[in-house]
Amino acid sequence: MRGAFCDAMVELAADQRYFFLTGDLGFMALEPLQKVLGARFINAGVAEQNMVSVAAGMAAVGGKAWVYSIAPFCYARPFEQIRNDVCLNRLSVRLVGNGGGYAYGSMGATHHALEDYGVLLTLPALRAYVPAFDADVEPMVRAIAGRDAPAYLRLGRSDLQDETAVPPYGAWRRLQEGGAGLLVAVGPIAGGLWSATRERPLAERPAIWVVSELEGDGLAIAPPAALFDELAAAPVLGLVEEHVAHGGFAQQFLHTLALSGRSVGRVVHAHAHGYPSGRYGSQRWHRQECGLDVPAILELLAARAAT
Amino acid sequence: MSARDAADSRDGNDLSELARRARRRLLRMHYDSRIGHLGGNLSAIDALITLHHRVMDPQDRFILSKGHAAGALYVTLWSLGVLADADLATFHADGTLLAGHPVPGWSGHIPVATGSLGHGFPMALGMALARQLQNEPGRIFCLTSDGEWQEGSMWEGLIFWAHRKLRNITVLVDLNGLQGFGSTREVASMQELGSRIESFGVPSIRVDGHDHEAIAAAASAHPGAVILLDTVKGKGVSFMEHRMEWHYLPLNAEQYAAALLEVGRP
Repeated sequence: MRGAFCDAMVELAADQRYFFLTGDLGFMALEPLQKVLGARFINAGVAEQNMVSVAAGMAAVGGKAWVYSIAPFCYARPFEQIRNDVCLNRLSVRLVGNGGGYAYGSMGATHHALEDYGVLLTLPALRAYVPAFDADVEPMVRAIAGRDAPAYLRLGRSDLQDETAVPPYGAWRRLQEGGAGLLVAVGPIAGGLWSATRERPLAERPAIWVVSELEGDGLAIAPPAALFDELAAAPVLGLVEEHVAHGGFAQQFLHTLALSGRSVGRVVHAHAHGYPSGRYGSQRWHRQECGLDVPAILELLAARAAT
Repeated sequence: MSARDAADSRDGNDLSELARRARRRLLRMHYDSRIGHLGGNLSAIDALITLHHRVMDPQDRFILSKGHAAGALYVTLWSLGVLADADLATFHADGTLLAGHPVPGWSGHIPVATGSLGHGFPMALGMALARQLQNEPGRIFCLTSDGEWQEGSMWEGLIFWAHRKLRNITVLVDLNGLQGFGSTREVASMQELGSRIESFGVPSIRVDGHDHEAIAAAASAHPGAVILLDTVKGKGVSFMEHRMEWHYLPLNAEQYAAALLEVGRP
């Protein structure tokens, strides 16, 4: 998604109050943005705490600052700077973390982002954006730029080869109807599930929804009524995210349902489990180890529906 | 002389008088609220008064990176007529905007919240860089503590500052030599701070941090530099001076009366 991200950011460059800070990353991806921004493209070096505070200072005098790094270096290393300098001050700093979930694969655990939006959504006013498809990135960047608030954009890698049928971007989207349960997924895994099931007969495939915007205060971006209608009729609800369970989307979604008095029947949750074997591999390998690969998710859903 | 009258005055003698009155008001505010943290406020208050009354223009911005000197900042704003006695009476009280460390969103004189050390300085750098890139006027002034320079983010910021060659920012360091649980020398051998800063490529100048004229001259004449302020923790109250415990202790009635006597008449 980095290419799509760079293209979208280039479109914003005409606004002279817009600054882009990178923690010494972006080689072979962000050069077009560097070229168009000139001095407003700032390589802040390998110093993420300083980078986030500098961005907050820029925003405090009216700048529109974007901060970019590999995801964990963007949210974990400078967490106090995000908490204090950005969010307590309600400054519109846009954080961009590349490599959500296990996307950095065999680069190792330090480069994975398994708790990013869960941690960040504890902070006031911050909204997290998780694109599922390459095509989401451009409208998402525009949405982030247009909202005067802290933001975190979790970039990953689209699981869909052909995006021609992707519905227009929205915080909540139905990818397909189906009679074999209801799946609500965060991020690119939604594309993999869709791709694997969309040729099946309606009754034999799950309905799939993808959620792309998360906010801490009880899902401030309310799910559409149609989702609740499908939930009431579905034999099983499956919640899917490449993120640890604690603080993730599923917990937040079920909390919202409970507080609204909606009954929830059978539920399964496919999520990241860290490193159960203590061994490391590709993103695909880690997903399989956690039961986050498409066959495992579909099997989990079917098994729960049958109980 | 009222605070507003004082604010309008611009000669050096009045700076001394403003600082003396500010010290009295600071002691009263902390005594009334039963709050400590006086030592680092008393070491910083001369710099705060000098910057706000003599050095800074309306488009300039000040960041209190040593947020635990919030009391000195509030009293300085009181001396400018920005805050009233009624405001200071809320210091540390339930429902206050005048918390022990500056909170955001209520005054243009406090552009960002500070309190966790090592944050205000890099934010000040961001303000300076944004203004430089936009060709906007206005300088950024930032006051740090000395112990604060044990935070890694300060050195990240210093590298960034030196590389960017920002000259619309001036950083002052309150070198009172005492921190939370020891002296800066004992805890981290911080006595060579100036040479360390200069080794990163940012010039520094050292002045008496209680000499208003020296502070004003340095802050006005050395953009893009660190001004090391030789200060005394608890300055102006003999039983507090150079005493680490006054980083924490509140005054009792007897101590408050004695402190006022030392600072001088109302």
